Amino acid sequence: MSFFSGFKRLTCLTLLLSLLFAGGFSFTSIPVFANMANAEEAVKSEGTPTESVKEGEKKAEYPPAPKLTAADYPQIGGFNPRILVWIVAQLHLWFAAFVLAVPIFVLIIEAIGMATKDQRYDNMAYEFIKVSMAAYSITASITAIMGGLLTFTLLVFYPDLFKYMASLFSRSMLAYAFLFFAESASLYVYYYGWHWLEGGFKKWVHLTIGLVLNFVGTVLMLLANAWVTFSMSPNGVDPATGAFLGSEWDVIHNFLWNPLNLHRVIANIAYGGSIIGAYAAYKFLSSSVKEEKAHYDWMGYTANVIAVGGLLPLPFAGYWLTAEIYAYSQQMGITLMGGAFAWLFIMQAVLIGALFLSVNYYLWCGMGRSEGSGRYTKHIWWIAALIVGCFLVWFTPHTLVLTNQELKALGGPYHKYLGPLGIMPAKNTAVNIMIIMTFLSFTLYRRANKIATVSWAASGSAIQAAIFVAAILNIIFLGVYHGYFTNTAYKVAASIPQVLSTAVVIISTLIIDSMMFKGAKEVGPLRWGKVPDRSQYALFMLAVSFTWLMGLMGYVRSGIRQHWHVNSIMRDNSIDAFTPTIGVAAQVVTSATVIFMAIVIFIFWLSNISSKKSAVH
Amino acid sequence: MKSFLKIMLFCILVLIGFVGYANFGIPQVKPAPPPTEEKLDLGNMTMDQFIALGEKVFNGKGTCTLCHNNVGKRAPMLDGAGEEAVANSAPLRLKDPRYKGKATTPEEYIRESMKEPSAFVVATFGSDGDTKSPMPNVTTGSIGMSEAEVDAVIAFLQNKAGSEVTVKIPVGAPPSAEGGAAAPAAPAKTPEEVIAKFGCGACHKIGKEEGALGPDLTHIGKSRNEAYLRKGILDPDADIAKNCPGAPCSPGMMPADLGTKMTGSELEMLVQYLVKSK
Repeated sequence: MSFFSGFKRLTCLTLLLSLLFAGGFSFTSIPVFANMANAEEAVKSEGTPTESVKEGEKKAEYPPAPKLTAADYPQIGGFNPRILVWIVAQLHLWFAAFVLAVPIFVLIIEAIGMATKDQRYDNMAYEFIKVSMAAYSITASITAIMGGLLTFTLLVFYPDLFKYMASLFSRSMLAYAFLFFAESASLYVYYYGWHWLEGGFKKWVHLTIGLVLNFVGTVLMLLANAWVTFSMSPNGVDPATGAFLGSEWDVIHNFLWNPLNLHRVIANIAYGGSIIGAYAAYKFLSSSVKEEKAHYDWMGYTANVIAVGGLLPLPFAGYWLTAEIYAYSQQMGITLMGGAFAWLFIMQAVLIGALFLSVNYYLWCGMGRSEGSGRYTKHIWWIAALIVGCFLVWFTPHTLVLTNQELKALGGPYHKYLGPLGIMPAKNTAVNIMIIMTFLSFTLYRRANKIATVSWAASGSAIQAAIFVAAILNIIFLGVYHGYFTNTAYKVAASIPQVLSTAVVIISTLIIDSMMFKGAKEVGPLRWGKVPDRSQYALFMLAVSFTWLMGLMGYVRSGIRQHWHVNSIMRDNSIDAFTPTIGVAAQVVTSATVIFMAIVIFIFWLSNISSKKSAVH
Repeated sequence: MKSFLKIMLFCILVLIGFVGYANFGIPQVKPAPPPTEEKLDLGNMTMDQFIALGEKVFNGKGTCTLCHNNVGKRAPMLDGAGEEAVANSAPLRLKDPRYKGKATTPEEYIRESMKEPSAFVVATFGSDGDTKSPMPNVTTGSIGMSEAEVDAVIAFLQNKAGSEVTVKIPVGAPPSAEGGAAAPAAPAKTPEEVIAKFGCGACHKIGKEEGALGPDLTHIGKSRNEAYLRKGILDPDADIAKNCPGAPCSPGMMPADLGTKMTGSELEMLVQYLVKSK
């Protein structure tokens, strides 16, 4: 029997490993680190034809990218095609990000529960998937509807572009359709099989289904990312004509694919956490029952931790993506950061500031759940001051719009001392300190209800404080040195040691905390539900800011192609080929966000009615 | 339902804050419109016009100033004076042991550097020990300059450096495949074309343009007569408006050479358009 049980485990493990290898194969065949090596090739594809162009016989098999005129873009009714496609694509992306993100952290929590044999984790994972299932099925349907609508609008308004893209991605588009069904099937089996597949070997099977669900979801996203990044950094086509060279893998594996993949996976986790947090906040505010409030308060807190877990590494993934855009095309990079879009990053600073302040405010409010929090609340003021200070640095523009008199008074376009606050060393300094301060808020929150019992607790805390101070001083020193005393070529050199300083703080604090608070005494039971209502609005602020920020960054990611459907391959000759101003883009993104939030909150409201009816029955 | 409405209201207020700041808190930089394809009448072009074409390509379609500027210092300056100018430094670079190209004259060197930028990389501006340039070949990809435009840029750079302009105006050269820059553009046929041609909308709110640096001209015909408006175009500093959006208007902001650049019909079309803007 034990042999059989062991055999079953082995079989399941083999299945798991096979899936991992299957996934890994895709990833290992994606030379993640080959991007740097491919830089030269990519620059070539911006400029001169690559070697593969010489494969005349392959080139001859495929037509070139179409050269369009304004007459090739159908005008139907009073619709503005670009704005319509823009809003539909953005709504599709938001719903898809949510649908793909939740199973990722549900699977992780379930696996932790299985490994630690702590039933609370399993309950938490089930709670996430259960409470989000109502929203899930509807959002999945909406995602499908939005996906269909996106395809339809592209076919109607941009038929030649769609035809060209479909000719390049024919097999991956077909695979995408099949994978969508696989995603839906595995999602429903994963949810409805939760209790059926409990305990022992069955749990392994359930976990495997969760893994399949996430694998399929991730592949779906990677395929869609390939279409998007191909339009920015085309590969696998003749640079002169846009004719397909015969390898769909080359088209998929374009220069910016992996950086965007990483960025979107992390962002989806943060975004999924923020939407689940908004759900919990809605339920908290709607409920008057003490137990329900406690339950949804706990859920909101956990969702916030997940959102923060994604938010902290996100700036670094964004930094890598930007660096790769520069590596692919300096021209595109400068358009992104130094051209017409430069002011967008001031808007981004406002949103990032809103995100960090919301997260911290929520944590500070949450300290009220613990009787022991009084020891730490005095620190909140200076943490808040530091975060606001960092926000102001990030908020400082590089170039000012000045009159001639102001230019003369200032002695040039930049202020001698404040000017460097507008460039990368200062921005990196600000974001790293904001991350450290947010982590500090989180650490203080976790400690609030605990008293360490180990003999070296005082020394441990002193070491931690020293690490925090040393890291912050190092980050500031690097920022000041590179910001004021080096030339442009070396300005970004501060970023890696600054990120490492932040990583040292987070990792060392977690390690010391885990040892120091082993067997710690609890001050008292946590009073879940004893938080002010305004803390729940912080969770909504987080969700709305995230949604809006994703929309705005979508505008710039797409906008840096300028008047090209496919950068340097297929020109956009429609009447909408111009780049809209940030103000116009903000109006479009806001309209889409209102539609999205209205649908999401409506779904929350519907689930509320549904749960009340269930309770009555 | 009450919670739904309260939360929706909160979300909308947050969004109003964001969209309001994006529209009114930061300057609305209007990106340049996509380049349009125009035929180059090289056969009838003087050298001065050819040099002007080069300047236009250098600052526009060529996107040269994205990197070759004094702000970001991502690439060496090309259009300065003295040794800084590429036309003047070319003889030294041709003798540099690091030079890997085939050019023998400054003109060939500049042409080569636009098509094969890694033939010589100015110290500190390249990667892999300054052996690889991040600059693309300007005749391909999204820039796609024609041979005539390349020659025009060379003429512009030589002229700007104060050195002899050795490049010849190519005769019968084909227009660029995608979005050629303009030689002396054809006269505008409508007031809207005049506004677009001379970039009035970059500073003024006029017609569909939303410039926010100079006075709003949407209803200028109500308060100013024809003579004043004509003089305002020909001699803009003669009478400075008191209030520009956000700051007092200053002399020297509006180009003073429109009188020499506009044709008579363009000037009259614009003046009449402004007079009717009530």
